Amino acid sequence: MTSVLVRDLTLRYGSIEVLRALNLEVTEGEFIVLLGPSGCGKSTLLNCIAGLLDISDGQILINGKNVTWEEPKDRGIGMVFQSYALYPQMSVEGNLSFGLKNARLPREEIAKRVARAAEILQIGPLLKRKPSALSGGQRQRVAIGRALVRDVEVFLFDEPLSNLDAKLRSELRVEIKRLHQRLANTMIYVTHDQIEAMTLADRIAVMYGGEIQQFDTPQVIYNKPVNRFVAGFIGSPGMNFLDGTVEAAGEPTFHLGDFSVPLSRYGFDGSAGPSGAAVLGVRPEHIAHGAAAAGQPFSREVNVEIVEPMGSDTLVWSKLGGQNLSFRVEAEKPLSVGDRILIGFDPGRASVFDSSSGRRL
Amino acid sequence: MSADVTTAVRRTMPGAAVAAVEPSGAKPQRISPGRIGVYCFLIVSALFFLVPLYIMIVTSLKGMPEIRLGHLFNLPAEPTIQPWIDAWLNACTGRDCNGLSPGFWNSVKITVPSVIVSIVCASVNGYALTYWPYKGANLLFGILVFGAFVPYQVVIYPLIIGLSSVGLFASLPGIIIVHTIFGMPILTLLFRNFYAALPAELFKAARVDGAGFWGVFFKIMLPMSVPITVVAVILQVTGIWNDFLFGVVFAGRPNWPMTVQLNNIVNTTTGVREYNVNMAATILTAAVPLAIYFISGRWFIRGIAAGAVKG
Repeated sequence: MTSVLVRDLTLRYGSIEVLRALNLEVTEGEFIVLLGPSGCGKSTLLNCIAGLLDISDGQILINGKNVTWEEPKDRGIGMVFQSYALYPQMSVEGNLSFGLKNARLPREEIAKRVARAAEILQIGPLLKRKPSALSGGQRQRVAIGRALVRDVEVFLFDEPLSNLDAKLRSELRVEIKRLHQRLANTMIYVTHDQIEAMTLADRIAVMYGGEIQQFDTPQVIYNKPVNRFVAGFIGSPGMNFLDGTVEAAGEPTFHLGDFSVPLSRYGFDGSAGPSGAAVLGVRPEHIAHGAAAAGQPFSREVNVEIVEPMGSDTLVWSKLGGQNLSFRVEAEKPLSVGDRILIGFDPGRASVFDSSSGRRL
Repeated sequence: MSADVTTAVRRTMPGAAVAAVEPSGAKPQRISPGRIGVYCFLIVSALFFLVPLYIMIVTSLKGMPEIRLGHLFNLPAEPTIQPWIDAWLNACTGRDCNGLSPGFWNSVKITVPSVIVSIVCASVNGYALTYWPYKGANLLFGILVFGAFVPYQVVIYPLIIGLSSVGLFASLPGIIIVHTIFGMPILTLLFRNFYAALPAELFKAARVDGAGFWGVFFKIMLPMSVPITVVAVILQVTGIWNDFLFGVVFAGRPNWPMTVQLNNIVNTTTGVREYNVNMAATILTAAVPLAIYFISGRWFIRGIAAGAVKG
């Protein structure tokens, strides 16, 4: 069943279109992540769904009800903000019950819901404290609790972990996932952190320039990005892009300087790929080296130019056909600048993009 | 090794006295000529303001015969508080000889309602302009701020005509309305900037929690506005208390504020000029704003800083 449906949503500020005829369909109980760089419109979209921004065109349906003109409180949503946005003069309990008091719920019901939220989020001992007496992680828990007590179908998260340090962020990330598994609510989560997106999402909507570029499972987005933007945005360290030409006639091949990469194992979108200028995208972690490289459909010996040890593994930079190429090797491998090493990859796992449009071929 | 470094330093900096002790810990503080200059300036400016105050206080505690001797700086030989009592109860303004006390109560009656009404209006204005932008809100705000630069004298005559046509000229409500109107530009600016500096997500969270225009204002914004309200109260109390022009024009004779009565006492042309009473009356009039600054000094600074620090 559809939980949130965004239909042809457009938002204009004067003549600037921030969101352009955007469509999004979220199934009940799904965890959706809106992912994109700053200014791509992901938070704006979330604010439109919440009813905090008036839209210029289109419709928003939540649980089958058209809420396009409804007030935020009548949309059946709860929202968690990046800066926590706790009411500073109220205790934790006051923060949790504020919305319920506004809805004129009976006192016993309020107490029951606050107690349940406090139990789920383990903030029971903090109920009497003011937000200023809480740590960042505790504040964000209270902010989540404020959405929880509203007993709503849809949770909206606006970069909820961005203000926390790295350790707390990974802890709360797991906790949000646990919360989703326990409550099974629909959740829409905005972030610019691809790790959060990959780990939390059932489906990711990658946004850029006010449009959704790709909306699919994390695996598909990682392995089969629809265009060069998505390919470059997802994955760390980033995908290698090698400029060249693709030849579809006969055995499809990718020509890169003096080399040619056989593309017979590559699944072209549609029928045979067109010929012309193209970009070959290969993820650093998909490039094998040493003995494993020899068995790959494409292999070459390259020079080691820069070595970046990252602890768990090491990123090596070299050149292939005059273009920069990075690949991962295990941390234990002794490598120094100037060494020669055999690398190879399977073009079936690579991506080929059209040079001008950036679309996947 | 360290000896090498020391000699190297000595060689590169000839003439510089190399301390026998190795530099370690806090750097020793020296009194520089600049600092002496700063202190001189501060002391001179303090004297500049304190000497007249000193003369006023000692004169107000002297009897008239002692004042006629002309020893301006001397402490009173026979201290008396009679001039203070006269200033408060018996000094003559024109034909009435009731001292300043009626003026004091008039000033209270003008200041208290004017401060409350203007701050209530301005805080709602600032809140609405920040969080509920409507069509033309920016234009309205621009006009309001422009109002802060309009010289008062320009609008006095139209205001007299306007107020008298509705029967409020020369009355207590009339002067309160005038003070409220003239306080609006600066106070709205103050509150708007304060609310604009609060995190906007707080407002959004309250909206999601189902609070409306007044709900957000009273339950979220107002409790957070204490520092800026204190600043506004200080500005308004001192401004309205010290006002002379509006008081003399719009209050009407029975409601003349303390400043107007002080002027009448000091400028009375008949009889002996009672310097001690005049001095006492002046200090009494200035006492209220002075007390406000002393009591709320810390709040005042905190309020100004609160506008600069993010939520």
